[in-house]
Amino acid sequence: MKSIVAIILTGLLAFLGGMYMQWWSLAIAAFLIALLVPQKSGKAFLSGFLGVFLLWSILAWWIDIRNEGILAKKIAAVLPLGGNEYLLILVTAFLGGLVAGFAALSGSFLRSSKS
Amino acid sequence: MRIVPFVVSTVVTAGLVFALNNKWGSVPPLGKFLSPQQGFWQNAEATDYDFSGDIRLPGLKGKVEIYFDGRLVPHIFADNDEDLYFAQGYIHAKFRLWQMEFQTFAAAGRISEHLGNDPRFINYDRETRRLGMGYAAEKALKEIESDPVSKNGCDAYTSGVNAFINSLTYATMPLEYKLLDYKPEEWSNLKISLFLKQMSRTLAGYETDLANTNMKTVFSFDEFMQLDKQVFDSLIPIVPKGTKFDPPGIVPVKPASADSLYFQNKNIIGDLTEIGKPDPGDGSNNWAVSGKKTKSGAPIFCNDPHLELTFPSIWYEMQLNSPTVNAYGATFPGSPNVIIGFNDSIAFGFTNAERDVKDYYEIKFKDDSKKEYWFNGSWVKTDWRVEQIKVRGSKTIQDTVAYTVFGPVMYDKSFSNEITQGKAIACRWTAHDPSNEGLMWFYLDRAKNYDDYYKAIQVFQCPGQNMLFASKGGEIAIWQQAKFPARWYGQGLFVMPGEDSSYMWQGYIPQKENPHVINPESGFIESANQRPVDSSYPYFIPGNYITMRGITIAKRLSGMEQITPEDMMKLQFDYFNTFAQEARPLMLKYIRENDLNADGKRYLDMVKSWDLEAGPNSTGQTVFKIWWDSLMVVVYRDELEQVKYMRVMPESQTLLEALLKDPDYKYVDNINTPQKETLYDDMTDALNKVAAELQKEEKEGKLIWTKHQDPTIFHLLKTITAFARQHIPVGGDGNIINATTHTHGPSWRMIVQLSSKTEAYGVFPGGESGNPGSKFYDNFVDKWAKGEYYSLWMMQRSESNDKRVQWVLNMSKK
Repeated sequence: MKSIVAIILTGLLAFLGGMYMQWWSLAIAAFLIALLVPQKSGKAFLSGFLGVFLLWSILAWWIDIRNEGILAKKIAAVLPLGGNEYLLILVTAFLGGLVAGFAALSGSFLRSSKS
Repeated sequence: MRIVPFVVSTVVTAGLVFALNNKWGSVPPLGKFLSPQQGFWQNAEATDYDFSGDIRLPGLKGKVEIYFDGRLVPHIFADNDEDLYFAQGYIHAKFRLWQMEFQTFAAAGRISEHLGNDPRFINYDRETRRLGMGYAAEKALKEIESDPVSKNGCDAYTSGVNAFINSLTYATMPLEYKLLDYKPEEWSNLKISLFLKQMSRTLAGYETDLANTNMKTVFSFDEFMQLDKQVFDSLIPIVPKGTKFDPPGIVPVKPASADSLYFQNKNIIGDLTEIGKPDPGDGSNNWAVSGKKTKSGAPIFCNDPHLELTFPSIWYEMQLNSPTVNAYGATFPGSPNVIIGFNDSIAFGFTNAERDVKDYYEIKFKDDSKKEYWFNGSWVKTDWRVEQIKVRGSKTIQDTVAYTVFGPVMYDKSFSNEITQGKAIACRWTAHDPSNEGLMWFYLDRAKNYDDYYKAIQVFQCPGQNMLFASKGGEIAIWQQAKFPARWYGQGLFVMPGEDSSYMWQGYIPQKENPHVINPESGFIESANQRPVDSSYPYFIPGNYITMRGITIAKRLSGMEQITPEDMMKLQFDYFNTFAQEARPLMLKYIRENDLNADGKRYLDMVKSWDLEAGPNSTGQTVFKIWWDSLMVVVYRDELEQVKYMRVMPESQTLLEALLKDPDYKYVDNINTPQKETLYDDMTDALNKVAAELQKEEKEGKLIWTKHQDPTIFHLLKTITAFARQHIPVGGDGNIINATTHTHGPSWRMIVQLSSKTEAYGVFPGGESGNPGSKFYDNFVDKWAKGEYYSLWMMQRSESNDKRVQWVLNMSKK
């Protein structure tokens, strides 16, 4: 239950941060939520990771649908991911999730070192 | 104690953020780049995106209404000219900012600044600066800013571009900035000037003077002139043959020393590798037919400029309307006004004059300091221009260029190792002279008749253009307009002595003596980069002319009556190969069929049965072309190989006309063999030599012309093929009316019937948006490839509720 709350809150705060701040504000979001919601470090990492992974994959997927895949196919050829737009969505979400996961891990370590 | 793991994970997080926030090699900063809220995903424009809006911008005087039709072509209505140009700048930037900036960086020799530390980029930047591009643009800027009309227009345009730039965030930045990881800088009038200088470089930057100079070590001047033939027998010039020319207003005098110091001087220039030369295949067609040849009785005007085809396209289609102007057509993102188009009274368009306006002089420096050079009997001080070339991720490179009375010393000991013998060579180029070409379009867009057009074109000095005009008043006219040096015979074909003033240009051809045609008897005017006049023109006018397209067009037009715009569409897409029509009988006559193997015979049959159309599925065109190119090599290579270093291959037309006149043409014999070859030997040898190549092409399915050429529109960043359109199924060639090659072709096709209600059609191989993530990025390409057109809508302000209007963008002052 706590994890689900943490995932949702991380996603929401990261979304807000993304509207007004640089992309890496998602790390701050994941860090703050991990500070706020007590979880074991492994779960904190996972919550942070999933919060942003889900946020970024849903956003990217939605954009991709509305764009009818025009750009994602091209970028997936540049990066190179064989022109596969879905792989690109996964890579996008994974990288965002990874940063958020480690930031959440920091938050949870800080929290437990305080207590 | 969890402090240690806290520190470790925080360091890992920070490290990740750092790594993903920076560019590594060619990998963009992935975190920034992939962020759906800010990165490239934000450039993935929804296919039902709404371009409407109301924006308030500082710098506007009043209100501007911009109506976009379904193709995203903007129709701009402004209350005054300043607001019109402001809006044009804003809209250009909104759809094409990255391209606009990149092109001006290329023009200024600043690509290393963003593309990085690569010898190719640095060399390009150095060469660009040594050619004096920045120097020329600064001089032109002074002219622009000294004229109130062009200053007002450019100031407003620049403000509009900057208003857009200032509204950008990382999320809204064009995709290429995110990929390459840099930001746009402020726009300026200098950038407008640089853009126009880049056009001069593309269109009036081509000559082969340095290679010609090498040719002189082996060939006599007369032999050279035969190989570099200027007036072909088959030429159909722009000015009809037999037209009487006025006696020349200036007669340049050959210096007394010319025979010894110039024509017979066998000094080579050395192993000088020229780089970045414009493609000699850049050409164009334009023609106009008068009302007596058309079905409607109104003139029809046609233009298709051939350039390198790129994404984003060099053209952006729009309508500009203010109380002083109503013009529609192709515009240059990077410059105000409509460039090729029409208004309510006239149509105007251009082809390249192909005249040589760039010469070289050998300079004698006193010493390596380059501070003084020998001129007219004394040591004269040079001017210095210190070029600071910023290089991304590396130190700024400083390059000092000496300027002489001739111009910048492009080549000297310091410009890489490519130059041997330490020669210093200065460049004299009309693009260096102060001028204000952009002003012409301000007046052309507003011209109502021939007199207005004639006045407008007077300011134009470089690059030389064939400026076609047609009006609703029924007039058709063309002027080959520019500032052209008056040369003595042979002047400027080779590097000239630069130790005194005797080899300098002695003056310019008076403007009124420039080649021109007004309302000709024939009822039509055409230009297609051919030599503009026959040999009776009283000036020596070397150039990089293309002969065949003009012949095809002239023949077609003279046989046509009751012409409709649809006929003109077919003509712009025409694939007939006139060159092959003349060359094939010769090739078939001199081929020895018995000396061909089975495959060779099969290929020969393809040429025999060919309908002479270079369409996409033609195999005859492919075999013909490969065979002919092989013949060129068989005939000329042995002699040319005597020239060390750079040399110039004669034109196909030269060989064709020589062989038609004399099958025993002296170059037919291979000088490296004891026996004497005949044209039979060469012709058969030429086909046998390429039989293997043809077989390979056939196996790969590339004997079909379009597969062989593989027409491709690359993005300006050539390496990103994902942004390109490849394998476009069209035919054509540089000397065919539909002049599509691998990377070049008709960049804008326009047909305007000047009837009381204008009927206009156009298409370009691209789209209005420069964004690879927009469906408007390349949506015109398929139509262009099929030879189809859009109907061009000259909108009236009262038509704001017309169903063709898809989006409305209102701008007002803040």
